Amino acid sequence: MKANTISLEHGAGGEVMQALIGEIILKNFHNKSAGSIGLDSLDDGSTVRLENFNPASELVLTTDSHVITPAFFPDTNIGRLAVSGTINDLTVMGAKPLALTCSVIIPEGFPIHEFEEIIKTMDKTAAEAGVPIITGDTKTMEKTALDSIILNTAGLGITDSPVRDSGLKPGDRLLVTGTIGDHGISLMAHREGFDFDTDLVSDSAPLWKLIEPVLKIKTPEGKPVVTAMKDPTRGGLANALNEMASKSGVGVMLEEDLIPFKPAVTAACEMLGLDPLEVANEGKAVIGVKAGFEEEVLSILKQHPYGRDAALIGEVTAENKGEVILRNRFGGMRYVDVPAGDPIPRVC
Amino acid sequence: MENKDSSLKPALPDLEKKLLERIYASETSLRIMHVCGTHERTISKYGLRSVLPQNMEVISGPGCPVCVTPEKDIDIAIALAKSGAAVVTFGDMMRVPGSVESLLDAKSEGADVRMVYSIDDAVSLANKKPELDIVFFGIGFETTVPANAAALLRNTPENFSLLASQKQTPPAVELLARDAEVDAFIAPGHVATIIGTKPFEPLAEKGFPVVVSGFEARDILLGINLLLEQAEKGVSRVDNGYPRVVKAEGNKIALKLMNEVFETSESEWRGIGNIEGSGLVLRREYEEKDASKKHEDLYAASLSEIRAKSDRKDKKRCICAAILTGKAKPSQCPSFGKDCTPKNPTGPCMVSQEGMCYNWFRYSREGGSRFA
Repeated sequence: MKANTISLEHGAGGEVMQALIGEIILKNFHNKSAGSIGLDSLDDGSTVRLENFNPASELVLTTDSHVITPAFFPDTNIGRLAVSGTINDLTVMGAKPLALTCSVIIPEGFPIHEFEEIIKTMDKTAAEAGVPIITGDTKTMEKTALDSIILNTAGLGITDSPVRDSGLKPGDRLLVTGTIGDHGISLMAHREGFDFDTDLVSDSAPLWKLIEPVLKIKTPEGKPVVTAMKDPTRGGLANALNEMASKSGVGVMLEEDLIPFKPAVTAACEMLGLDPLEVANEGKAVIGVKAGFEEEVLSILKQHPYGRDAALIGEVTAENKGEVILRNRFGGMRYVDVPAGDPIPRVC
Repeated sequence: MENKDSSLKPALPDLEKKLLERIYASETSLRIMHVCGTHERTISKYGLRSVLPQNMEVISGPGCPVCVTPEKDIDIAIALAKSGAAVVTFGDMMRVPGSVESLLDAKSEGADVRMVYSIDDAVSLANKKPELDIVFFGIGFETTVPANAAALLRNTPENFSLLASQKQTPPAVELLARDAEVDAFIAPGHVATIIGTKPFEPLAEKGFPVVVSGFEARDILLGINLLLEQAEKGVSRVDNGYPRVVKAEGNKIALKLMNEVFETSESEWRGIGNIEGSGLVLRREYEEKDASKKHEDLYAASLSEIRAKSDRKDKKRCICAAILTGKAKPSQCPSFGKDCTPKNPTGPCMVSQEGMCYNWFRYSREGGSRFA
């Protein structure tokens, strides 16, 4: 590529765009097909082969657009976020991810080497979960109209028993797959130039390989032990659990001391007056599990690097329908509410 | 909310347990007022009202800096932003309604309003953007004022000015002591870190037990223990329950900075009115940094427009004033939780995360009464 930055021509459909697609996108994506027609064909679409198709299975389709300022943050970038986000949406539906799409809208002036870095990161992230990126789209916009890159990824998955966020039953145990609040706090610290003198980084990660073995655990009657699942992204664990509780028509009782937090997240939240439960996670899942199976699920989660800090955090109750309650170590209780908006540090 | 014993429940730690047992062992009833937004957050977040006995009531006074900022100061900030200045302030401040609208409303209409975390961020913005007139809307108590003073003493750029709406705590607490039905006070730990414990002594001399407390659950429980001890002995003094941070004489350097740049004035507290000696305004030597004076001609037209609208406006009313002064609980307000929620706040107490209504709504709905 001769140019150093993106110009409007890079999205105009001509030779310049073809060069960008060829030299930056096709060159850096390695797993590009899920059937007979893949990304390299540059056809109007790609195909997905359904092998050993079980007629009882269902396809799951999800899409997510990603805008984040800055596009690079500790210690990854928007590319990892976009691929992980969509893989995780499929994962918490209990669906094996089959294929992803990648659409980008790039403002003119965006450094091409940064764009290439983002594409490489997407490739690496998708490879972790073994998911091909099979089709995409590239557009550019004037820098006065757009001031940051936008990535959209759609994902296609398949499952023969979908997991809902509404499946919690009284008595179920609630697990998280790791420490809470890492992404939101690391990003805030980075964005606003707070230096907490720590190596806190975003937890953004694709969770399919972590969750896949958990979905295979069955009760002696052959029923899945996972009753509900959700990825606690924007709005954090607070938002995810409230949604699960109200959709399931149950209450949630959390034990504060059991919820895993990195000390840096706790310290930053104390200092800024933030609630780590309301802060975004990009590589965590909250899982409802039938009572009696929590240890088995935990031991499987802990075997994977993304599940090392997995923990039991509470239980589902028949009382307090639709409410999430947090009990602390001396018995004090409070509601965990849905956050009103983005977390804002306090004044004094 | 039911508090059933759970198999998952961890063991009770000793310190909080001992402090609570001591409170339960006492037959003395106390109505305790704290005057700090962060104390309210600690109390609500740890569900302390849910574990305290009925005879130990903790209420919130005017301790939320955002909540007590008067409408007229917000109106000036909005007028400035609408007249071409870039107004930068704390996140919470942006959503508090002035007499007509909030800074956030003005922003959505195209005014230049930005959020920062400190005055230093505002000064660096002024350095980076010399083409903008940066006005830092500096609100707060003795905790934020020294930072404002330090920034101004470090020679700020010409395009930077301060719209100060700063308050001193002790005069307001003394005023409340006159007519609120309160037995004892928890004095604010952050404020006392700066001003020391002495400014709260007049309160003790009037017969109120006072304790300066920190911000962990155990700090508040210890504070209540110390107040109980005073009440049982029939004495009143200022106990320092936060000695790991607070010194009797305060932070002398911070006080010196504050005094160099600001002087005491009368100040309006939202919901309470004017309180003698409770404000901190820029000294004459720093007049050129005073946004309200420097840009007076710039925003005059816009301000009269706001005032004209505000006279005509049929305002929704909440009982913030009574809540700020400890005369009513949030749950007694007809708007609380109905047409006034954190998503759609009517009054400032519901906007700020340091506000009493916000904390009661978010953490305990009905106002922190016992759950079980």
